[in-house]
Amino acid sequence: MSFIEQIKGHHLDILREVGNIGAGNAATALSKILGKRVDMTVPNVRIVSFDEMMDMVGGAENVIASIFLRIEGDAPGSIYFMLPLEQAEKYIELMTGEENFSFDNPPYPELSVSALQELGNILSGSYLSALSDFTKLNLYPTVPALGIDMVGAVLSYGLMEVSQVSDYVIVIDTAVSEQEEIKDSVKGHFFLLLDPESFEKIFSALGVPLDE
Amino acid sequence: MNDTVNIIKVGIADMNVVQSPSLIRTSGLGSCVGVVIYDTQKEIAGLVHVMLPDSSLAKADSINIAKYADTGIEELINRLTKIGARVTNLKAKIAGGAQMFQFSTQNEMMRIGPRNVEAVKKELQRFRIPIIAEDVGGSSGRTIEFNPSTRKLNIRTVNQGVKDI
Repeated sequence: MSFIEQIKGHHLDILREVGNIGAGNAATALSKILGKRVDMTVPNVRIVSFDEMMDMVGGAENVIASIFLRIEGDAPGSIYFMLPLEQAEKYIELMTGEENFSFDNPPYPELSVSALQELGNILSGSYLSALSDFTKLNLYPTVPALGIDMVGAVLSYGLMEVSQVSDYVIVIDTAVSEQEEIKDSVKGHFFLLLDPESFEKIFSALGVPLDE
Repeated sequence: MNDTVNIIKVGIADMNVVQSPSLIRTSGLGSCVGVVIYDTQKEIAGLVHVMLPDSSLAKADSINIAKYADTGIEELINRLTKIGARVTNLKAKIAGGAQMFQFSTQNEMMRIGPRNVEAVKKELQRFRIPIIAEDVGGSSGRTIEFNPSTRKLNIRTVNQGVKDI
């Protein structure tokens, strides 16, 4: 039986809380770096096909800025922080003071790339440390990698582990938005993709094992 | 420009076949490999978006055969012969298998791109299907589109533009 079939409603609630704590911590960090208020949505926990997951961020061919790291330790998985290019450009300008930075003309200045990478580093690190505190599990991040490329090409890495077990993936998705504009607009997504065997570990650590 | 060209889209871990004048396309190949197999005498082609090298990696009871190089290529050849292709006339073009991220991790899965390419080549050799052109490796995502009448494989990347092989 696929592990996904064992997951019940209250497990999804737990995953939502996991996403809430992780992304909440990361949003606080982001708002400190940028010096402005950043809001996040209640996490969306969805069981979707691989193609549907790509559609959540504009489809497989959409070019996006993504910061990707692997979680190692007790409950391995992947974290993505994905930003539309214009948003990543804006963040780079805010952090470096560089004007009119654009992804249209590579190669990009080293400082700009490194600023974005550092942003990803801080955000995903704060996501992960909240997760680790909450579950009391030992979780270590790899150094984050930055990719400016097609959604399909970057997301497929996070799907490698689950793809050996299933054609569906459990996505813990938290959208980040800024409230300054007329209406809330989504600025980025945090995706947490746990490896299949990590779900049991997280549920057990929080006192609700899968087989009950 | 009143001609509407029908484009068959193939998702991740998915396959399909096409006859001219339709085109066949798959988007956002990273470590995955897009394998196009076509008949040199008829305007028939198939495309499989391979995600993993070998079906022995599967840990599930039922598998999606389009996901693996070994099962996917075999099934694609079956489908092509069903719509009239001859195995002896089949040729292949492949693209993908990039190494998108450089990680210092122990995880073997992070160098899956080169492993997928090796597996695809081995499988094509098993069926004696020659590879006419390839664009593999590197560190960029690719979107590919094959035209069964010109037998050109169009490849688009973010940083290196567009080319035909």
